[in-house]
Amino acid sequence: MADVELKTAPADFRFPTTNQTRHCFTRYVEFHKRVNAKGEESDDCMKFAKYYRSLCPGEWVEKWNEQRENGTFPGPL
Amino acid sequence: MYPAGYYFAVAHWFLPPFNTEPWQLGFQDAATPIMQGIIDLHHDIFFFLILILVFVLWMLVRALWHFNENTNPIPQRIVHGTTIEIIWTIFPSIILMFIAIPSFALLYSMDEVVVDPAVTIKAIGHQWYWTYEYSDYNSSDEQSLTFDSYMIPEDDLELGQLRLLEVDNRVVVPAKTHLRMIITSADVLHSWAVPSLGVKCDAVPGRLNQTSILIQREGVYYGQCSEICGTNHAFMPIVVEAVNLKAYGNWVSNQLCQQSN
Repeated sequence: MADVELKTAPADFRFPTTNQTRHCFTRYVEFHKRVNAKGEESDDCMKFAKYYRSLCPGEWVEKWNEQRENGTFPGPL
Repeated sequence: MYPAGYYFAVAHWFLPPFNTEPWQLGFQDAATPIMQGIIDLHHDIFFFLILILVFVLWMLVRALWHFNENTNPIPQRIVHGTTIEIIWTIFPSIILMFIAIPSFALLYSMDEVVVDPAVTIKAIGHQWYWTYEYSDYNSSDEQSLTFDSYMIPEDDLELGQLRLLEVDNRVVVPAKTHLRMIITSADVLHSWAVPSLGVKCDAVPGRLNQTSILIQREGVYYGQCSEICGTNHAFMPIVVEAVNLKAYGNWVSNQLCQQSN
């Protein structure tokens, strides 16, 4: 069994309070903005992908992915 | 003589969990610094509470005792008393200050971010069970260590298990590690509470509430849903099992293997 590395999204000072909804959304938007700008998913970008996956519930990510595919995603991509 | 671990292992089989007793009045043993802080604050406040209680009871008993037509026929008719009025305003404010100081110290220390968390676990409330997601190990949007945690019904309990508290899949976490819990709900309001860890966090649909935990010792910690959520609100408990780092790593690897098969 490979050793599991204990790393997760760091505490973000832009979101110091209990409500982390915006934190998860911002990380998701940041990653996809980078991907759209750079054109493809590089290792550099994957770090950001890990952040939003750690924070956001799977259901939310699925819903947002669907919305992006349909062109109805409400965020600033 | 056998090593101490032998006696512990033997006693473990028939001792109750050392956290709880029948007809218990006080808190469960603390397993996190926050809970220890809450217990200490409680002791601080309780001291002043007893002082005030004794004083008020004494006033009350004294008044009742002396209210007697034969022994005290002439009542006092006092309406003003500036000095005493000042005293009984200043004195309680001082007591409040002594209570507020440790209280605010604890409150603000709970908010401080000193160390980045090492693990993020999402707890999603449903009617009437919890889903736990450990997504730190994903390499894509799809795979995730996710599982549901249902209460074990009374008929399925084994000897020694706790009624209304045991679950089929426990939340396994590493001890002595900073955890970030993200609590949310998929339907109605719930609340993720584990008293011995000093944690209670509302699960609100559409909102991610964050709480930090540092469990100081390995063990099993029980809690119950703490926000009314329908008919089985009392039957969706929470069990956190804190294990050493290596055991946690093994458990995560096993779960990931199983889920990918």
